[in-house]
Amino acid sequence: MEIVVAVKQVPDLVEELEIDDSGKALDRTFLKYRLNEFDEHALEEALLLKEKHGGKVTVIALDTAEVEETLYTCLAKGADRAIKVTGNFDNGVDSREAANILREVLSSTPYDLILTGVQAADDRDGQLGPLLASYLKLPHLSVVSGIELAQGGRALTANQEHSGGIVAEFEVTLPALLGVQAARETPRYAPVSKVRQMMKATKIEELAAAKSALDSVTPIRRLSKPESAGRAEMLEGDAEEISSKLIAILDQRGLLKGSIK
Amino acid sequence: MSNEVLVVVEQCDGRIADISFALLGKGKELATVLGTKLAAVVVGNEIRTLAGDLGIADIVLLAQGAQFSHYCPEALKHCVVELVRGRSPRLVLIGNTAYGMDLAAGLSAETNIPLLAYCRDFRVEEGQIIAVSELYGGKILVESEAGGTQLVVSVLAGAFPVAAGRGAGTPQIEEFSPNPAAAEARIKFKRLIQPESGDVDITKEALLVSVGRGIGSKDNIPLVQELADALGAQLSASRPIVDNGWLPKSRQVGKSGMSVKPKVYLAVGISGAPEHIEGMRDAELIVAINSDPTAPIFNVAHYGVIGDLFDIVPLISEKAKAAGAS
Repeated sequence: MEIVVAVKQVPDLVEELEIDDSGKALDRTFLKYRLNEFDEHALEEALLLKEKHGGKVTVIALDTAEVEETLYTCLAKGADRAIKVTGNFDNGVDSREAANILREVLSSTPYDLILTGVQAADDRDGQLGPLLASYLKLPHLSVVSGIELAQGGRALTANQEHSGGIVAEFEVTLPALLGVQAARETPRYAPVSKVRQMMKATKIEELAAAKSALDSVTPIRRLSKPESAGRAEMLEGDAEEISSKLIAILDQRGLLKGSIK
Repeated sequence: MSNEVLVVVEQCDGRIADISFALLGKGKELATVLGTKLAAVVVGNEIRTLAGDLGIADIVLLAQGAQFSHYCPEALKHCVVELVRGRSPRLVLIGNTAYGMDLAAGLSAETNIPLLAYCRDFRVEEGQIIAVSELYGGKILVESEAGGTQLVVSVLAGAFPVAAGRGAGTPQIEEFSPNPAAAEARIKFKRLIQPESGDVDITKEALLVSVGRGIGSKDNIPLVQELADALGAQLSASRPIVDNGWLPKSRQVGKSGMSVKPKVYLAVGISGAPEHIEGMRDAELIVAINSDPTAPIFNVAHYGVIGDLFDIVPLISEKAKAAGAS
């Protein structure tokens, strides 16, 4: 089975995010990037399927934000092929534009199944999965956790997570595109030494993106940080003082085991 | 172009989802400002009685057929795409649920109407719709202009009050039967799997200690379990903890987990992405411990602690144990 995993870099949300002088974009000077965590789960699910049923996993990404190291990491984890799609992406790429570019690239790349993360932290104009699936006229399901092959490899069963912990099981005919929420296993780790080895031993393939004629029809007016109205009352002091204050708050409400209720 | 505001109503087994009422309430407000009508579309099988719950709408569109007796994303998309092509609404509102995530971007791609996702507010300025998206895990708000064109919007749960959408009225009802053959059955519904009853039902607990990514590794889970034990609380978790297999699914709070309303929700190392906030914002008392002062969890918490959970949590456990023994 040929599995394509579409991945992308997103700002690391553990870091502080700053808005640039234009007020319309993030300040990229000190921005740190990482692989979208849902894409990491999509790759893990692809590798699990490959290990169980054989086949090939191709990882594909647009050339943004130091994506090379991420692609080598994907290879170190067990992907067979990595494709970097080059183009002018300096000002970021909207999901719709990315889907358009990937549609072109996938016209010359074989696939039975395309996996991608269910969402990314910056997909303002929608998630890549359903956009790309529509362009490629593939069946699509989002918020998927757990994929099994069915019907001798002509279909999959996939679980979709709904609110309240309810899961809906579907059978999806291949070829198909699924937006992965969580892989069945914790995404594997690739040691740095193995990534370095990959950098020496393998090559990332490059393809040039077709010129995109898309201009955003929904321009950004401004970025802001959520206002602090209704913000938490902060407990100050050292750990000792803070923990005492917290205990007092719970005790006042009669919520400790020893509290008078 | 009908110019109307169209809400895609989500129903399951004849029950309308809360988020749909929230969309209808906001949709009514926008329709009034735009001087247009509010239409609600419901897709399902034998759902005529649901129209009675949609009194706030001016028009209720009932799309019925046996192909909709179970949720099928493809059939739903096909149906809504046809409807939107036919009616040309100015604005389409869809909830950011699993159902909405299947539909919104696909509808946008098929109809070439732009989509703005993860919205938590809108307004109309000089006839132009301005939408505010909550991005980057809730850390940044992005305001976009929709111009004078049509727009699809996916809306976060909790963005608007549910009560505003429950109104009485006598909407005009239009029924239509989409062609079942038109949607290829490439996705077949098999079954619903109810949540494993698990060891505890976190929706019924008065005290929850909830753990997030800040805990770092599975090996550190006992640290928060000890705190939960000391407080007589149960342990719950945010999505990454469950996705990584560190705690069972029955413990997950948020969009694809449980919605909880405990007396106390102590969030440890949880940054507070919108998907998580959705599941716990109604807790009576929210206390958050996080090392990141910009973590969005502090915008919903009543009390906040900026600091290293590994310093603070053991001390709280110790003091809670002492208080419990007294």
